[in-house]
Amino acid sequence: MKVGLFIPCYIDQFYPQVGIATYQLLKKLGCDVDYPENQTCCGQPMANSGFSPLTGGCDKNFVANFDAYDYIVAPSGSCVLHIKEHLKDDKNPEKAQKIRNNIYELTEFLVDILKVEHLSSNFPYKVGFHTSCHGQRGLHLSSMTERVLPQFSKPEQLLQKVKGLQLSYPERKDECCGFGGTFCVFEEAVSVKMGKDRIEEHQKNEVDYITAGDVSCLMHLEGILKRQGSKVKAIHLAEILNHE
Amino acid sequence: MSNLKTLDHAAAAEIFIKDEARTDWHDDTLWFVRQKRDKAVHGIAEWEQLREWASEIKNHTLSNLDNYLIAFEKQAEANGIKIHWAADALEHNQLMHKILKDNNISRIVKSKSMLTEECHLNDYLKKQGIEVVDTDLGERIVQLRDEAPSHIVLPAIHLKKQDVSETFHEHLHTEEGNNDPQYLTEAARQHLRDHFIQSELAITGVNFAIAETGGFVVCTNEGNADMGAHTAKIHVACMGIEKIIPKTEHLGVFLRLLARSATGQPITTYSSHFQKPRSGQEMHIIIVDNGRTKQLGRADFRNSLKCIRCAACFNTCPVYRRSGGHSYHTAVAGPIGSILNPNLDMKANADLPFASTLCGSCSNVCPVKIDIHEQLWKWRQVIVEEGYVKPEKKIAMKGMAWLFSNPKVYRWAGKSGRWFLRTMPFLGNNKLNVWYKQREMPEAPKQSFHDWYQQNKNK
Repeated sequence: MKVGLFIPCYIDQFYPQVGIATYQLLKKLGCDVDYPENQTCCGQPMANSGFSPLTGGCDKNFVANFDAYDYIVAPSGSCVLHIKEHLKDDKNPEKAQKIRNNIYELTEFLVDILKVEHLSSNFPYKVGFHTSCHGQRGLHLSSMTERVLPQFSKPEQLLQKVKGLQLSYPERKDECCGFGGTFCVFEEAVSVKMGKDRIEEHQKNEVDYITAGDVSCLMHLEGILKRQGSKVKAIHLAEILNHE
Repeated sequence: MSNLKTLDHAAAAEIFIKDEARTDWHDDTLWFVRQKRDKAVHGIAEWEQLREWASEIKNHTLSNLDNYLIAFEKQAEANGIKIHWAADALEHNQLMHKILKDNNISRIVKSKSMLTEECHLNDYLKKQGIEVVDTDLGERIVQLRDEAPSHIVLPAIHLKKQDVSETFHEHLHTEEGNNDPQYLTEAARQHLRDHFIQSELAITGVNFAIAETGGFVVCTNEGNADMGAHTAKIHVACMGIEKIIPKTEHLGVFLRLLARSATGQPITTYSSHFQKPRSGQEMHIIIVDNGRTKQLGRADFRNSLKCIRCAACFNTCPVYRRSGGHSYHTAVAGPIGSILNPNLDMKANADLPFASTLCGSCSNVCPVKIDIHEQLWKWRQVIVEEGYVKPEKKIAMKGMAWLFSNPKVYRWAGKSGRWFLRTMPFLGNNKLNVWYKQREMPEAPKQSFHDWYQQNKNK
């Protein structure tokens, strides 16, 4: 089973520790992982801003990098969802389709494909879980408060296996943090207000960390936490699962 | 009532949020309604099945809209109702004006009609010297304040009782500073009663029009649609062409969904059925297109016409709750408004599909399964393609697309960008950077993941 690791551009540049944790975790769990070195971005920033015709270059590059793998795994629900829904290859549509079928968000891959039963992780802290929307509502990584369906959560299933970790949820369990891609810039006021409100709920629970499956949400929340001088830290789920 | 667009959503929202305590209050009030909705729907085991049925009935109806409308017209006329067809808002308003003139009417009450808001009927008639009194409490409050409703189900949700007290003191001469809701409601009741008694014509909306019977249903909590229709000698109901359902038996599905989605009530207080005029009364229905057939022809957006106007998407929308209905500068605000209004005027409403994080909660609460957040995404593509986008955004996007298409350039730019941010942090930490206004920048590490991988892959 050959796994291609997709590390989205902003994780590559600003949060390499998340990529490292994901890589090490997959290795630890016995995967044959490699990182196609010419990868860049999934194209989502352009597409979500209305410029999907400009994503041709990203698509082409993505297909060239990931065509050869059985599975593609990324520590970002949002980027995975974009690939799943929008990756195109007009010359070889079957290549794009294969990638769209075989790309997985990290927790989804660990639960559904690797069927992880045990983790050697240890993280003795109180952790607030932020449910990132694209992973949850787009990839169905967990049940949603709006729907009348059975309750489940793939990320929670994994976090429950981490020794010492005390998990908490904010009162509004799955409300958006306000990042929203370029929304965070073009609708700055609403974006920040949403982020502040998310943080306040976690702070009420006296958490040490806020975690999520998307670095984008965490980058936004971390930016506000730091500006507030808060003691609460943001950490990606992969870093917790890889922590011993 | 002024519906002129002055600010785009982001700018209007920024002003709204400046009063943070009030924003919190607005957010909490609507979240309370969302929670009531959750409680009501989680008590129904077949909720998802109901949504599916509603969606299928609406899909079927939209695919046969012409036939059902003709059947409805035929049956309604056989029942003694006069049917009028309006291609657009202006024609709707002119038809209404004609009915008023022909019957020499000057005293008019209105209840439960977002369609007349969409058509700006009040403004139009005001210009002809005719005043229409909105009788639903929330609508009357905003009407007295010369404002538009900020929510399609809770039109005065942006106002606190103190604001209502001030408005009533000014217009209804209630006691200054008396904020007691019961006192204020009683004052409104007395004031409206005078209008009901004197009214000659009542305008109502239509929630569901039934093709099979030629009748229609109006759902209200205050009973004002009935009060108006039962006292006036003429009842004019205004409906969009999409309000049709095929048969009476389909009504139960929608009535179970509507109130639960809207306010968390099992059913609205009044579901009033109108089938034919009572003896000596005239009944008219104005059936309005106003862009709906155009939307029906847009494959990606046609199923927005399934909307039953419950406003569940407003209440769940984290952006709506924190920016207020007026920031959407349209009769129908919120997520559903953001996919309906670009159809009516793409240029004026080009900002609305961007007033969302695409979190998807709106699609999940929608009782008729409209893929709202996916349509928001699609509208963004259309709006950019049609050129309603700022040139600087276009240039930035083109630059990004080029950068990400060239791995070597991307890596070089990343490395130098991080170096600049580390050594000259003021390049990122300045007023020109919108991110930095209320958030710190992420730290720029020396090594990217790519660099780490190159060093460590063979270890």
